[in-house]
Amino acid sequence: MMPLTVEPFYSVCGLFMIGVAGGVAADARRPKRWGSVGFWALLGAVFIGGPVFPPVFSGYLILALVALAATGHVRPPQRVAPDRAGRFREAGRLGNRVLWPVLAVPATAVAGSLLLGRWHWRGRLLAEPAQAPLIALGVGVVLALLWGLRATGSGVRVPAAQGGRLLELVGWALILPQLLAALGGIFATAGVGEVVAGLTARALPTQLPWVAVTAYCLGMALFTMCLGNAFAAFAVITGGIGLPFIVRLHGGNPAIMAAMGMLAGYCGTLVTPMAANFNIVPALLLDLEDRHAVIKAQVPIALAVFAANLALMGLCVYRY
Amino acid sequence: MLKLIGIAIVGVGFALRWNALLVVVVAGFATGLAAGLPWHDLVAELGRLFVQNRALALPAVLMLPVIGLLEHHGLQERAESLIRQARSLTAGRVLLLYTGVRQLAISVGIPLGGQASAVRPVIAPMAEGAARAATGELSPAIVATIRAHAAAADNVGNFFGEDIFVAVGGVLLMRAFFAAHGMTVGLWSLAGWGIPTALAAFAVMAWRCRALDRRIARAAAERTSVPVDRVPRGGSGS
Repeated sequence: MMPLTVEPFYSVCGLFMIGVAGGVAADARRPKRWGSVGFWALLGAVFIGGPVFPPVFSGYLILALVALAATGHVRPPQRVAPDRAGRFREAGRLGNRVLWPVLAVPATAVAGSLLLGRWHWRGRLLAEPAQAPLIALGVGVVLALLWGLRATGSGVRVPAAQGGRLLELVGWALILPQLLAALGGIFATAGVGEVVAGLTARALPTQLPWVAVTAYCLGMALFTMCLGNAFAAFAVITGGIGLPFIVRLHGGNPAIMAAMGMLAGYCGTLVTPMAANFNIVPALLLDLEDRHAVIKAQVPIALAVFAANLALMGLCVYRY
Repeated sequence: MLKLIGIAIVGVGFALRWNALLVVVVAGFATGLAAGLPWHDLVAELGRLFVQNRALALPAVLMLPVIGLLEHHGLQERAESLIRQARSLTAGRVLLLYTGVRQLAISVGIPLGGQASAVRPVIAPMAEGAARAATGELSPAIVATIRAHAAAADNVGNFFGEDIFVAVGGVLLMRAFFAAHGMTVGLWSLAGWGIPTALAAFAVMAWRCRALDRRIARAAAERTSVPVDRVPRGGSGS
C-alpha cells in the first residue's frame, strides 16, 4: 500500500471548485456568469491535474485564470443578507452542538500531525511524515463535516451551496498566495535579492554596529513587504547584510540576529498586501468592503513591534 | 539593476490598486525576462511553483463547506450568545485572550485557530457579541473595525508565537541557512531568542485591544448623544 499523501485532498478541493463552477453555470438568474464558471472550472482542473500536467500547460492555464480575473470577468454573486432570525432560531435549537464540529478540526489536526507520521501499517509508514499536518487537517475537515451534517440534520446540498458562496466571496484572491510564491521563486532564480543586499551594503555606513542592526532589520521588513514572505527575505538579507556585517564584522551573536531578524520580517508581513493569505483573504472572508482593512488595523501593531524588536536586537546582539 | 524592475512594478501596481494577480504575474515575467530567462521557461516555472504551493489554499478551501454548513445553522449566533453571558468581557479582551491562547498554543506546536476556521466563524462574532452586549447595536464601521482587529489578533498570535517552537519552518530554516554557511547555531537558542519579541508583541496587542474598546465606547457615546444634539426641526419624531 502506498503511504497516504495530501494529493486526494487537493482533488477534493478541485472537485469542489468544479462543483461551484457547475452551480454558477446552472444559475440562469446571474448575468455575465461565464467568466466565473471558467475561472473555477480551470482552477479545479489545476488542483486535480497539477501533478500530471506538464508545467508549461499548468502555466498557461494560470495565465488564463489571471486574464479572466484582470478583465473583471470573475464576479462575486449578489450579496444576500443572511436570515439572522432563522439562524438565531437554529442556534437556540442546536445549542453547543453547532460549535463542537468546528473544534474537531484543530483537535484532529494536532493529534494527526503528532501521530500520523509515525504510525506503521504492515511495516510501512501510514503517511508521508512531511505531509502529516496537512493530511491530518484534511481528515479533521472530513470528520467535522460528517459530524456537522449529523448534528444539524442537513443534507449535503447545504455545505455545498453555502461553502460555494464563501468560495466566491474570496474569489480570485484565493490564488494570490500561490502566484506570490511563484513570484518569489522567479525573484530567487533571477538573483534579485543579491542585487538589493549589495546596494544596501554599499549605500549605508555599515561599519557602525547600530547601523548594521538597523539596516538588517529594515532590510528584512522591507524585502518581506516586497515578497510577502519573510522566509524568502531571510536568506537574501541575512546573507547580504546580517552575516557579513553583524556577525563577521562586529562579532554579533548569530542566534539573536537570526531569531529577531526573522521577527522583523514578520512585522513587514503584517503590512503588505503581498501576504495575501494573512491580510487580504481574511478581509474578504470577513466580508469587509475595504480589502485593506486588516492591514490598516495592523500598521500600528507592526510599527510598535518592529521598534521593540529593533531595540531588543540592538541591546542584545553584541552583548550575549 | 534591471532585475529590480519587478519590485518597482509591484510597488506601483499595488499603490495604484491594479488587479493584484496581474501585477504579480507582470512583475514576475518582467524580472525573469530582464534576467535573460526564456518565456517558455517562465511559463513552466509559474506552473510548477503554483502546483507545488497548492497547500497555501488547501486549509481555507477545505474549511469553507464546514463553516458554511455550521453558519447556516447559527454558529456565529451561538458564539455571540455564549459571549453575551460573560458580562466582563469586552471585544478587546476577547481578542487579547485569543491572541494569548494562539501564541501559547503555537509556541508548543499546536496550530489552534486560523482565519477561516476560527476567526470568521467564532472569534469575530464573539468580539462583536461582547461589544453589542456592552453598547447595544453597532454601526457598520465599528463592526468592520472589530472584524479587522480579529484578523489581526490571529496574525499577531500566529507570527509572534511560532518561532518559539523548535520544530517549525522558521527555526529550521534559520538553522539550515547557518548550516549552509558552515556555522552551527543551536535550535534552542534560536527559539529562545524569539521570546522577548513575543512578549513585546503581546503587550502591543494589549494596547491595541484597549484602543479598540475605547473606540467602541466612544462610538456608542456619540450615537446616543446624536438625537440630543440634533433635535429634529418640525419632523414628526415619534
